[in-house]
Amino acid sequence: MFMLSTTTKQEASLTQDTISIGGHGQAKEIIGRFLRNKAAVFGLAIVVFLLFCAIFPQALTQYDPIEQDLRNRFAAPSSEHYFGTDEYGRDIFARVIYGCRTSMEIGLISVAVSCIIGVIIGAVAGFYGGITDNLFMRFIDILMAIPNTLLGISIVAALGNSIPNLIIALSIGSIAGYARVVRVSVLSTKGMEYVEAAYATGASDARIIFKYILPNCLAPIIVQATMSVATTIMTATGLSFLGLGVPAPTPEWGAMASSSRAYIRDYWWLVTFPGIAIMITAFSFNLFGDGLRDALDPKLKS
Amino acid sequence: MATLVEVKDLKKYFKTPRGLLHAVDNINFKIEKGQTLGVVGESGCGKSTLGRTVIHLHERTSGQIFFDGKDVSDLNKQQLKEFRSHVQMIFQDPFSSLNPRMSVSQLIAEPLLIYKTTKSSAELSKEVARLMDTVGLARRFANSYPHELDGGRRQRIGIARALSLNPEFIVCDEPVSALDVSIQAQILNLMQDLQDELGLTYMFITHNMSVVKHISNNIMIMYLGNMVEFADAQEIFKNRLHPYTKALLAAVPIPAIIEGRKRQLLTGEITSPINPKPGCRFASRCPYATAPCHEVDPTLAEVMPGHFVACHNVKEINQL
Repeated sequence: MFMLSTTTKQEASLTQDTISIGGHGQAKEIIGRFLRNKAAVFGLAIVVFLLFCAIFPQALTQYDPIEQDLRNRFAAPSSEHYFGTDEYGRDIFARVIYGCRTSMEIGLISVAVSCIIGVIIGAVAGFYGGITDNLFMRFIDILMAIPNTLLGISIVAALGNSIPNLIIALSIGSIAGYARVVRVSVLSTKGMEYVEAAYATGASDARIIFKYILPNCLAPIIVQATMSVATTIMTATGLSFLGLGVPAPTPEWGAMASSSRAYIRDYWWLVTFPGIAIMITAFSFNLFGDGLRDALDPKLKS
Repeated sequence: MATLVEVKDLKKYFKTPRGLLHAVDNINFKIEKGQTLGVVGESGCGKSTLGRTVIHLHERTSGQIFFDGKDVSDLNKQQLKEFRSHVQMIFQDPFSSLNPRMSVSQLIAEPLLIYKTTKSSAELSKEVARLMDTVGLARRFANSYPHELDGGRRQRIGIARALSLNPEFIVCDEPVSALDVSIQAQILNLMQDLQDELGLTYMFITHNMSVVKHISNNIMIMYLGNMVEFADAQEIFKNRLHPYTKALLAAVPIPAIIEGRKRQLLTGEITSPINPKPGCRFASRCPYATAPCHEVDPTLAEVMPGHFVACHNVKEINQL
């Protein structure tokens, strides 16, 4: 031991007097680990493409998504209309591309809002326990007792039919999922010895929650968030179907799929392309989320 | 020499569905500045709970704790934070006691950041580097994560964290039991060197008799929350008076081919620490138990100078 300590001391004195505080290029390493995961990169590529569609739809199509062309109804997919046209002669390719903007907006914003609120509620409930836990979780139980769609219907009906109101309705509906997932992982992380060690050094509650507990609960939060981007888009779809989601001419995948359900036997392209768009979005977000979870976990380093 | 830590009638009971679990019952001890108290007992005897209660990681049920002459039994948030800068803990498992999301340098810097003891980031990194040198951690590990290091190096991180605020008293909760034997010796030597250099006071919790003999000045033997024997380290190994201590020491393996001693095996059920009945808690397993052992709590008595034993029959058993 004595020998050992002298050699390490010598070794140390060879280097400079100070060291850098921090991990070894954490961001770089996380990106590196992410890039090694091919499925995740594929997911990310699609997500980036979808974002591009949402931001610059005019770059991909010259058609106007809401302009009707009644002489050209139900045109089959062709080199002119890649995905064909719908019952009003609107170009489906253009509507799918522009619909990306609506769906992404709804999906991402409501996931962000419900994630932040849900994580805070779950973390506080799990960390403090007792009465606080009971109060918060009974409130969450009330939220969970109301079916998501029903809750959405009542909120949109009360506030009026618009995209911001739809986002509010969807966010409130999915808070409960986050709160429960976070609470459970906070409960299990709270018992870890390193949290006790943080208490022993005198760390404050906020520091313990944000530096010790939440970073170690990241995996289920990320999974829940990426999964619910897909579910949220689906719920929005359902509400649009009921006439409570996105107002009529605005292109939205769910609304497109549901409004063309009457023509499904004769004109398959009306439902298929918005459906594939929804599927690809859900799939790519899930791949991306899985890869992100693995990349953020330092223990999985190879 | 001045007394640094003193504990009077300390009790810690846990509420369980079946009743009160007497984890720590009526413990009294003093630790002099710069000395080491070894706390020994089998698993579940309350030794870790005792250590955690002394430094307020568990709130005590009753009793008093004195630190550096001041009563620290009841502390408000501010006082508790101040108290914790003087008193630190080294944990048993260096695998689970380090936040896996922090690098070595971040882990060591954490206590310094909490107490804002350094003014600039340059000063902070200098201090972290100094601590790493003190505990013999090569600086090239500064940006590594704990899971990349072996047990011995991880435990050095734990020690560096404990030392970072210049504490006077450190509770060591089985700091070497998770390490393999060659590393155990390194860590124990490091802890002793640090004690000599910095004048630290240790409360050393372990179930390993050879380790405790190596490092302690005084030894306290615990059994189911009670203190059964307390004496100087050399004295305990020479004159074990309590029947439980005898059994405990007889269980220490000796590397000898010729079996020179009689094996003493304990039989009988361990008494439940939940709502224990009056009487000696060791009575059900004690080969010398008599009727009063099952009815009256034994009290800790000074049988020989500086040697305390809690046993009704200590005189008869040892022919004193």
